Amino acid sequence: MSKGSFLSASIGRKFLMSITGLFLVTFIIVHLTLNLFLIFDDSGDLFNLAAHFMATNPLIKIMEPVLAIGFGVHILWSIIITVQNMRARPVGYNKTSQSVNSTWASRNMFILGGLIFVFLGIHLYAFWWKMKFAGDPLLTHTTVMQGGVPVEMENAYNLVATMFKQSLFYSITHILGGVLLGLHITHGFWSAFQTIGLNNHLWRKRLFVLANIIGWIFAIGFSIIPLYFMIKF
Amino acid sequence: MADITLKKIYVKVWRQNSAKEKGRFETYEVENISQGSSFLEMLDILNDKLIREGKDPIAFDHDCREGICGMCSLYINGRAHGPDRDITTCQLHMRKFNEGETITIEPWRAGAFPVIKDLIVDRTAFEKIQQAGGFVSVNTGGIPDGNAIPIGYDDAEEAMDAASCIGCGACVATCKNSSAMLFVAAKVSQLAKLPQGKVEAKRRARNMVTKMDELGFGGCTNTGACELECPKGISISHIARLNREYLVAKLAE
Repeated sequence: MSKGSFLSASIGRKFLMSITGLFLVTFIIVHLTLNLFLIFDDSGDLFNLAAHFMATNPLIKIMEPVLAIGFGVHILWSIIITVQNMRARPVGYNKTSQSVNSTWASRNMFILGGLIFVFLGIHLYAFWWKMKFAGDPLLTHTTVMQGGVPVEMENAYNLVATMFKQSLFYSITHILGGVLLGLHITHGFWSAFQTIGLNNHLWRKRLFVLANIIGWIFAIGFSIIPLYFMIKF
Repeated sequence: MADITLKKIYVKVWRQNSAKEKGRFETYEVENISQGSSFLEMLDILNDKLIREGKDPIAFDHDCREGICGMCSLYINGRAHGPDRDITTCQLHMRKFNEGETITIEPWRAGAFPVIKDLIVDRTAFEKIQQAGGFVSVNTGGIPDGNAIPIGYDDAEEAMDAASCIGCGACVATCKNSSAMLFVAAKVSQLAKLPQGKVEAKRRARNMVTKMDELGFGGCTNTGACELECPKGISISHIARLNREYLVAKLAE
């Protein structure tokens, strides 16, 4: 298989988008599941245990750079594909009525993706950067019982909960981030299967419904966390 | 019942003398058009008027005028083949328009479909894609006896659905990426589902996609707009098949 020609072909490029996209979806499912511990345990122990597990597990350590590559490829290729697609129509239309034949999300995946990228920057700075490298006064140490043994760990719950309680900016950007991601997924999820070729007239409807369900779960799941802290405290 | 007559409508048309010259929009008044007349008849009436006035008539593609040849095009009021489903421009009627309306008519817009004159674009690119592999070149013998080659009902139906593509280019015109994937998918599917076409399936998918990319068509982002604007309602499920055929062909390399 000649990889050069495959990756420069239109279908090859989109294949890469689909694979990385689906990989990122699996990451987000794990991410959302663990983050929902934030609102199901007000003591914060459950979330701290999860965060501690993620920070110390060797498999997760291996997956971290893989995830970064996944994001990198998905973002870079989206730019290449978008530029290529814009070049295909040098003279545009004076009048178009695209809303009658396609969904808004499907036409604006690059814009949605770009906004999610901006959110990702804010999000990584707010939490990942502080937990991993910079540290933060809010990251106090706490002791949680793990299988009957007391283990000392960083109080990640305190950082997240305090940020959402105190900063309207972080709360609102995180609510928006969740909604934008949900919209992106409503098209991206089923579209990925279509591009890989795993679709037909029957599965198309099922995948479309599934994409919408996952999109809604992501949108509601992620935005409910800052909302919970804004309203409850 | 007599058709309603539109006393006056405005037609905003793209005028371009040749591929090299710059184009512009011109607006014309058209009077007394029966809503029972077809869209192309309305353009004929307008052209008749222009000729009488000593002006250059509007150039547009048309041939059979019964929705089967794939010759007519036109991007009308922001939609390929105008504001109706599953029809070509020649099947569009003036009853879809209102009194005093301004109708915007543009040619297909795509880098791979350069304007020849006014509303006529060069769709030779489709021929080139077909020539890259949209045929069966293995010797399949004489005409087989009926039912000698058993083909399942679903396969036959899907192949026929794909074969209904008339190659008009509405998919490219309507796609935000000017992608020709629906066209190529239809031309690949109509053969991939049948035993005669299976022999060359890999080569066909690979060569046609390569040619499509080479001609400057964009990539598919699965908006599904092409399916809804296709006069033959060809399903984007065929695009999934094309992707599958292409990936399998590439893996086999």
